[in-house]
Amino acid sequence: MTIDFGNPDRPNSYIGRSVPRPNAPRLVEGRGRYVDDIVLPRMLHVAFVRSPHAHARIDGIDAGAALAAAGVRRVFTGEDLREVCTPWVAVLAHLKGLKSAPQHAIAVDRACWVGEAVAAVVADSRAAAEDGAALVDVDYTPLPAVTDMRSALAPDTPVIHPELGDNLAFRRLHEAGDVEGAMASAHKVIKARFKTGRHTGVCLEPRSILADYNRAERTLTVHHSTQAPHMMQTVFAQHLDLPEGKVRVICGDVGGSFGIKVHVYPDEVATAAISRVMGRPIKFIADRVESFSTDIHARDHEIDGTIAVDETGRILAIDIDDWTAIGPYSVYPRTSAIEGNQVVNLCGGPYDFQNYRAQTTVVFQNKTPTCQYRAVGHPIAAAVTEGLVDFAAEALGMDPVEIRRRNLIADDAYPFTAPTNMRFEGLSHHASLDRLLEIMDYEGLRRDQAEARERGVVRGIGIASFIELTNPSPFMYGIGGARISAQDGCTVRMDPDGSIVALSGVTEQGQGTESMLAQVVAEGVGVPIGQVKVITGDTQVTPYGGGTWASRGAGIGGEAALQAGLALRRSILEVAGAMLQAAPDTLDIRDAVVVDMASGGERLPLAEIGRIVYFRGDTLPRDLPRELVQTRHYITSEYPFAFTNGVQASYVEVDPDTGFIRLLKHWCVEDCGRVINPQLVDEQIRGGIVQGIGGALYEECIYDPDGQLVNASMAEYLVPMASEMPDMQIAHVETPTRESTLGAKGAGEAGTAGAPAAVMNAINDALRPLGARVTEMPFTPERILRALGTVAGD
Amino acid sequence: MNEVFSALVDVTLNVNGEAVSARVPAERHLIDFLRLDLGLTGSHVGCEHGVCGACTLRVNGDIVRGCLMLVVQADGAEIWTIEGISDTDGMRDLQDAFVARNALQCGFCTPGMLFAADDLLAQGGVPGREEIREHLSGNYCRCTGYEAIVDAVETVARGRAQ
Repeated sequence: MTIDFGNPDRPNSYIGRSVPRPNAPRLVEGRGRYVDDIVLPRMLHVAFVRSPHAHARIDGIDAGAALAAAGVRRVFTGEDLREVCTPWVAVLAHLKGLKSAPQHAIAVDRACWVGEAVAAVVADSRAAAEDGAALVDVDYTPLPAVTDMRSALAPDTPVIHPELGDNLAFRRLHEAGDVEGAMASAHKVIKARFKTGRHTGVCLEPRSILADYNRAERTLTVHHSTQAPHMMQTVFAQHLDLPEGKVRVICGDVGGSFGIKVHVYPDEVATAAISRVMGRPIKFIADRVESFSTDIHARDHEIDGTIAVDETGRILAIDIDDWTAIGPYSVYPRTSAIEGNQVVNLCGGPYDFQNYRAQTTVVFQNKTPTCQYRAVGHPIAAAVTEGLVDFAAEALGMDPVEIRRRNLIADDAYPFTAPTNMRFEGLSHHASLDRLLEIMDYEGLRRDQAEARERGVVRGIGIASFIELTNPSPFMYGIGGARISAQDGCTVRMDPDGSIVALSGVTEQGQGTESMLAQVVAEGVGVPIGQVKVITGDTQVTPYGGGTWASRGAGIGGEAALQAGLALRRSILEVAGAMLQAAPDTLDIRDAVVVDMASGGERLPLAEIGRIVYFRGDTLPRDLPRELVQTRHYITSEYPFAFTNGVQASYVEVDPDTGFIRLLKHWCVEDCGRVINPQLVDEQIRGGIVQGIGGALYEECIYDPDGQLVNASMAEYLVPMASEMPDMQIAHVETPTRESTLGAKGAGEAGTAGAPAAVMNAINDALRPLGARVTEMPFTPERILRALGTVAGD
Repeated sequence: MNEVFSALVDVTLNVNGEAVSARVPAERHLIDFLRLDLGLTGSHVGCEHGVCGACTLRVNGDIVRGCLMLVVQADGAEIWTIEGISDTDGMRDLQDAFVARNALQCGFCTPGMLFAADDLLAQGGVPGREEIREHLSGNYCRCTGYEAIVDAVETVARGRAQ
């Protein structure tokens, strides 16, 4: 069955429309149900004793005073929990050479970063547990801490895990063409060093888990603020020695995730293990200090980039040397090598060039572990690539738009294989750039910039093209041995009154998954959207799926839902055909009524079919199938990933006296294929842009040389506030993927991927006449003033 | 624990139009009292040090951080949380505008954000976008990028002015 997406007047045309989210009305009334809102009988709370040292031997733990405190029920050490919870080593077979050390739910013998859990105190309330935690006496012997990325591999640097031989977690070199030759013959060769600041997600709802082990049933039920319920089901089963079928993960409302909540956290596994031991519900809600020191960090990269261009501005070669430091352990099970690997895969992504060399070096250090955060690797690759392209344009005296025009992959060049070996099914760089220039009025903005300059006001325009990896296949994790599902499923059923229930393996984190699914199912079956109820986030109920990561919900979960909806429509019409003595293919379902396909004349409401099937099945032909429940699964197979593309622009004003940057406006044109709900997509882009801006201007986890995180509070770690953010204009080019009927690719990370690059280029455009340049994020007033020479030193 | 803080104190206050009497530890924060003792989980705890704004609610007509106030300080006070406001349609137009404009994603900041927005709107007139942004700067949102929230508040301000 095909859908005439080009005709907005087609029946049941929900795909492509902005409809309100079905879960929004209860959230504005405070009727959300986040993990911390759930209270179970006999529930206890756990608080963790955390290492104050970046690296220390644990010589002894005295819990006597804690155990004597009011309300404290039990204290667990790493030794206690290793009896019931096996450690993990986060490696993937396809990331050749990646190594890590066994990590325990609670540290055993040694703490390796400030914030690592070394003991757990279980009490009647969180307050009593915290009071108890303060009474646990841990005897530490501090060890030398590895905190500098560049010297992590030096011979005189201590090796964090001696059994691994060195502090190198992973290194990958990718080479295509002849980089040396291209550099030697180039008209201009430009080098620059970039830094992206280590930052974190700052989900407003901290990590939250409520684990409930029932000894009588031997079942573990976990209420969990997570992006990947089925993955967590597997992890709890594997490491607590339970059959997977005895573990149920329920994910209700999630207060922001952004990639932070797709990983396995030792304290969360410890919480489940403690519940297993005590046979009682155990709740752990991270406080904000714990969030800063134990939520994964990301983007801690230093990159030396080189670009070679000819006289016409054509890119001849790009050379990337990326370094990143991931903390003491690779994070389970997705590993901490993916971000560096993505930098290698994504640099130069928008451009048609031949000679490419990129190496990532991933080292261990004694800081909070890093892992995948929204737009994994993309903001780094985009900043380096787009920064280099702008510096090349500057060296050539060429407009930044012109150099992009000359190098972006042509819109008719697809399918296209990049020198990174990434394969692109269909992108729209030039059409997107055209649209961007139109909506931002590029020429007008340049005039405004010039006029401002005459008034002594320093403004700059930055442009950044980018690609985004979405709809991942098993090539992302599955081939490496991780039990992380790339396929996803949806079950759609019709109940007696004609209402539709859809159960999906993708999850709702606020991005609008459930609205997207309701739209797709409503159109697939042929009913008003208000008649569709969507259920996600319960491993016992939904088809097995991957959840939310790598912008896969709409493209993969949406296609499964569409196919399930269409299958249910066929099943309903088969029954209707028998009831009406008509061929099913002459019938259709529109607005929950079976109609004559040709005339549109109404024949039978769905509720009547429901009445007959469920209560008077005796009146139907005996052999007639009457399966009003249909399940379909979907997996991408032709391409490992569905790449999307886009281009962003930023207009900024720099105050050369204070170093403060004012964001005047931001634009983004992106191509996520079929847009299912324009409003939701635009808001994903806007929210993503602001997270990208956070990394560009404000957000950084600052460590001192001893490995102490010195700004672990919301008052000191800056995130974007309403007053600082610009209005953002969003537009789309639509190049649907041909792999699916729906044609949707992902949109959740595009904003974050390109925003830092656009802001950086805008700042440098502003600073250029002043002879200054910045490449180290976040671009704080101090760094701007240092670049301008107003403040001395580096 | 300090003995003064562990002492139990009797309080009487009005929450969402209903009289509430309770004996609470002196250390009990207002937000914990509302969430844990009264089951009013619509106000959220995001940072516990007064920065994020997720626990913003109304005490005696002013918006306050529920995490920075002890319940004993609220003795005798009139308190409104998102639950009571919703039941009495106290900011229905604002809630409807948030839904229509998709001015919320995960919803964790939303109750607090609504109180902050309503506080601005209660001052009357139609605030400019800069003024709206400034007023909402004590309430963090990690999902939306704020623009949709500003749009929704602006729409309601215009609607109320008519």
